[in-house]
Amino acid sequence: MNNEIISIIQKDHLYHLMLKGERSDGRAFDEFRDISIQTGYIDKAEGSAKVDLGNTKVVVGVKIMPGTPFPDTPDTGVIITSAELIPLASPEFEAGPPRENAIELARVIDRGIRESGAIDLKKLCIVEGEKVWMVFIDIHVLDDCGNLMNVSALGAIAALLTAKMPKERFNLGEDVPLPIRDIPVSITAVDIGGGILFDPTIEEERVAESKLTVIFNQEGAISGMQKSGTGSLTPDQMNNIVEKSCKKAQEIREKFLEI
Amino acid sequence: MSEKPEKFIDENGLRLDGRRIDQIRDINIKIGILDRADGSCYLEFGNNKIMAAVYGPREVHPRHQQKATRAIVRYRYNMASFSVEDRKRPGPDRRSTEVSKVSREAFEKEIFTELYPKSAIDIFIEILQADAGTRTAAINAASLALADAGIPMRGLISSCAVGKVDDTLVLDLNKDEDNYGQADMPIAMSTDGKITLLQMDGHLTPEEFKDGLEMAQQGCRQIYELQRKALLDHYNNTQKEITQDISAESTTEEESNKGPATLNDVPDNGDNSNDNEINEDIPDREEEEGFSNEDEDVIVSDETEDDTLE
Repeated sequence: MNNEIISIIQKDHLYHLMLKGERSDGRAFDEFRDISIQTGYIDKAEGSAKVDLGNTKVVVGVKIMPGTPFPDTPDTGVIITSAELIPLASPEFEAGPPRENAIELARVIDRGIRESGAIDLKKLCIVEGEKVWMVFIDIHVLDDCGNLMNVSALGAIAALLTAKMPKERFNLGEDVPLPIRDIPVSITAVDIGGGILFDPTIEEERVAESKLTVIFNQEGAISGMQKSGTGSLTPDQMNNIVEKSCKKAQEIREKFLEI
Repeated sequence: MSEKPEKFIDENGLRLDGRRIDQIRDINIKIGILDRADGSCYLEFGNNKIMAAVYGPREVHPRHQQKATRAIVRYRYNMASFSVEDRKRPGPDRRSTEVSKVSREAFEKEIFTELYPKSAIDIFIEILQADAGTRTAAINAASLALADAGIPMRGLISSCAVGKVDDTLVLDLNKDEDNYGQADMPIAMSTDGKITLLQMDGHLTPEEFKDGLEMAQQGCRQIYELQRKALLDHYNNTQKEITQDISAESTTEEESNKGPATLNDVPDNGDNSNDNEINEDIPDREEEEGFSNEDEDVIVSDETEDDTLE
């Protein structure tokens, strides 16, 4: 209830700012908040990253262990992505099994990693049909100040880029880096009364009726997309978002992810 | 599961199932097929068989979900365990939860929820048989079930996917194209051309996205026409059958003279249409007949629908 009332007042405020070409934190419409990525954050994990995007904080841990492949793909490794919106991160999150927002978040991150071919899954085969490496990507949100989609995606790929396959521990040889082929970057924008704002804050997300996430691979092609929220977007708005995000994704990749 | 085909598009520009690249699969629609639901629709889209039911506006349970200013919309996309080749474990999974979420969001703003505060509009989808594109087929069916339930909407939602095979954009992917294709992008569109659902996975360049979006919109427009026609046919037929049955019944009764005296009055009333007193009586009687005949209609249509279901 409270949320709804506040959001109407906020909506008005943010809408009028938008009309003046402004945002509440003074950013330009296509400007991201400050990004900081700290890899190797968790020693016990095979790969990990803590990412700050403005005040939004996420820790992503990657665990890798041998397991059985799926019967229809006997020679490919397995990726399992999950996200937890723990109550520590926001007054709106509740304990318990993942609800639809957490599931959507995990599935969109998974889509980016999988469809861009970021992990060379054929190289994760140990014994065909019996044993393959399984890569678990777990997203832990610590502080939800908006745009979990992009922070989590950054965290996931940063953690994967630094992940090691723990071969020694399973007597399978020496530890080697996880074979990474592509670096997907996801960009999210929301529509507030016709204005397209990138990297939305929590207030902007709450007020916006629709949100579009676009995931780009290294060559600038789209690997995944997801529209969420109850509102609609015109085809022109969508093309506009795609065009602008493409450049943004490249910038972020060059600055933060390429080694 | 079948093997990956060598080529998806032959030298004549036709796809493996004989369709052109911009051609949607056949759609077969039956509206108002379930008796208990407030609105329902059975839809076949290629080999997909989808049942949609709408209940509401009705009381919200659990009550803490209710909203003081509007109705809540709930959407449950569920796959029958036998709908796919390997038995699907019954109940919601992560995929169906996500599909339900984005599908609900595709409808929420299209429904005049503000007319029904504190109530719920429930949309239930059963995928009886799945063959690529179930979420789009389900949305098309849900849209008609909502209309059948008499839920006020700004327009119908139509949904269609576009994909990429052999580096070519194709409309409405079939199973093989879905399994082995390079991209899949389902969209849903309102009557005024706004995108209310969009998902994509695979590989599309920004230019391909632009063209694909346009192609998918064309698909949605075609589906919209079919949805509209199905609704018009459904209500015209119901109307026609009622009127036909009324006239048929009154003639038989006239001939056999077995009907009650009051019914024999009907043709006479027509002659005396200028008489106010009698005119007041006629509508009542006709309505009564209408209602009794409607019951018969329901039985008749149930039979035909059973046939299609088998």
